[in-house]
Amino acid sequence: MLTSFKFPSRLGVLAFAIAASVLGTTAQATDITGAGSSFVYPVISKWSASYAEKTGNHINYQSIGSGGGIAQIKAGTVDFGASDMPLKADDLAKFGLGQFPDVIGGIVPAFNVSGVAPGALVLDGATLADIYLGKITSWNDPAITKLNPSLHLPSAKIFVVHRSDGSGTSFNFTDYLSKVSADWKSKVGEGTAVQWPTGIGGKGNEGVSAYIKQIPNSIGYVEYAYAVQNHLGYAKMKNAAGNVVEPTIASFQAAANTADWKSAKDFNLLMTNAPGNDAWPITATSWVIMYKSPKNPANSKVAFDFFKYAYEHGQDAARALDYVPLPDSLVQQIEGYWATEYKK
Amino acid sequence: MSAISAEPLPRDTEQRSRTDARHDLLFRFLLRLCALLVLAALLGAALSTLWGGRDVLFHDGLHFLFSSEWNPVENQFGALAPIVGTLVTSLIALVLAVPVSFGIALFLTEIAPRWMRGPVAAAIELLAAIPSIIYGMWGLFVFVPFMARIEPMLSDTLGNIPIIGALFQGPPLGLGLLTAGIVLAVMILPFISSVMREVFQTVPARLKESSYALGSTTWEVVWDIVLPYTRSAVIGGIFLGLGRALGETMAVTFVLGNSYNLTSSLLMPGTSISSSIANEFNEAVGLHRSALIALGFLLFVVTFIVLLIARFMLRQLARKEGR
Repeated sequence: MLTSFKFPSRLGVLAFAIAASVLGTTAQATDITGAGSSFVYPVISKWSASYAEKTGNHINYQSIGSGGGIAQIKAGTVDFGASDMPLKADDLAKFGLGQFPDVIGGIVPAFNVSGVAPGALVLDGATLADIYLGKITSWNDPAITKLNPSLHLPSAKIFVVHRSDGSGTSFNFTDYLSKVSADWKSKVGEGTAVQWPTGIGGKGNEGVSAYIKQIPNSIGYVEYAYAVQNHLGYAKMKNAAGNVVEPTIASFQAAANTADWKSAKDFNLLMTNAPGNDAWPITATSWVIMYKSPKNPANSKVAFDFFKYAYEHGQDAARALDYVPLPDSLVQQIEGYWATEYKK
Repeated sequence: MSAISAEPLPRDTEQRSRTDARHDLLFRFLLRLCALLVLAALLGAALSTLWGGRDVLFHDGLHFLFSSEWNPVENQFGALAPIVGTLVTSLIALVLAVPVSFGIALFLTEIAPRWMRGPVAAAIELLAAIPSIIYGMWGLFVFVPFMARIEPMLSDTLGNIPIIGALFQGPPLGLGLLTAGIVLAVMILPFISSVMREVFQTVPARLKESSYALGSTTWEVVWDIVLPYTRSAVIGGIFLGLGRALGETMAVTFVLGNSYNLTSSLLMPGTSISSSIANEFNEAVGLHRSALIALGFLLFVVTFIVLLIARFMLRQLARKEGR
């Protein structure tokens, strides 16, 4: 008798507590979805964690590759797409999309050669292209030893690692190789997925990093944050000005500074093989693609709020992950673009 | 006579048997519907992949089947590398898994002490419960370095034999067709061995005991009595495993190396139909997407051909026995 009295009231208290906690949390917590580039996945997840703490809105970002991000935003299944390959003006107009940069980063050649410390190897564009074309097959090839006279390189075969999925990282990398090697341009070309003359394919920046770590005497290309966080060996590059530069925030920024954003419609500008003295040759921008007249304006608004937060408060987080936060003039240009192109 | 246990009246029996007949008809209809539904789903899947791949299959046709070029930039696609990769890895998996499964089934039914049979059988079935992506992870982080250590030995010894040496050339990458085949073999082993074990247990004890009584060894009993009795089920089990190997995606993607270059060496990386689709489907548009869907249709065709071969083999064997 007594227990049957207690039970309903206990249940009632429990139900009330649950309802109160649900209502007590942020009244309108919106969850928005994004998908695309694995290049920016580390920084977007950092930004979204601190944004969620501040506002309670969660960003669900899926790192499926730039090609996937473009396909998903075109299909309207996500609120924003992230891509390292900019869409062309007619493509944007056809779907009613706009794009703007969110972060700048560098792509580094990463390698795994025992006895060669990270940053000790120097490569240049032509040599890198020949390695990826399969023309240079061993580590102590004259072309590589010429750039590294004081380094002891083994006579081992080079294992080339590339991406197996559609990737903006691949796009920027092949764009750079097309610019520095006429042979690459005619044989392979540039794209998010190309016919790689040699090598094995890893899935995502994560897959390429895993392969480089596993396979001795391998070389691949990854976004700089992945090379650092996975303690991969990275190579210094000789840039267009003929100087050997290290991949650092400063060299990525030097490349970004020589870029002419003002004249780029829809921010469609590729910064590979930048001319500056200290510029890192494979610097890449990553773009966010969103609908100008979205089906879900509330989610779109949260997305814009998120990126505004990232521009204003995400600088340190981006730098900590070895990305280059956008220069202030570019942020202002972007916010002007939002005001004119996007219906609020 | 006694009203307590009355006989059912004739008209009640008549009605009940009519109701039963109706229910029977309904039940039969439902079962037929289920079977037809399965067939319709299969046909629908096959036709939709054919439709999705029509751009490539109907316009490029034979070139698509026999070209090994996979160039998304120029929109030139050829399915040879994925098809060969799928067939080679599945063949390696079968060659390794079937004898081992047979050994396991034989051990568990004939040789093992009774107290051991339950736990060992349960352990084998646990292998089947492991998700395929775990196999992929284990393959990449544990098995690939191990293969990278033993592959130099393989290419030094087997690589020098005249004809089959070409199968074992190449650098000790660890990834490749052979590694993927071995990982697949581990994955399909529980399926084949559990089917074999089940059917071995259905062999009438009388047959086996008569054979033992006549002085046969255990091997002779298994080879001459048990296997012929269970032949069609054993082949069915083998093809069940083969079906799983043909379609396996995640485990293969991790350890196969995703390279479209066709080589004759098992130690080199390759690609398979399902791993190509898994890697590239996200971003593929236009002809590229159509080529991937056409690859899916080709997987249907390959599986169908393999099943036809299985049935043909079974029929030949039955004919030899005079059935």
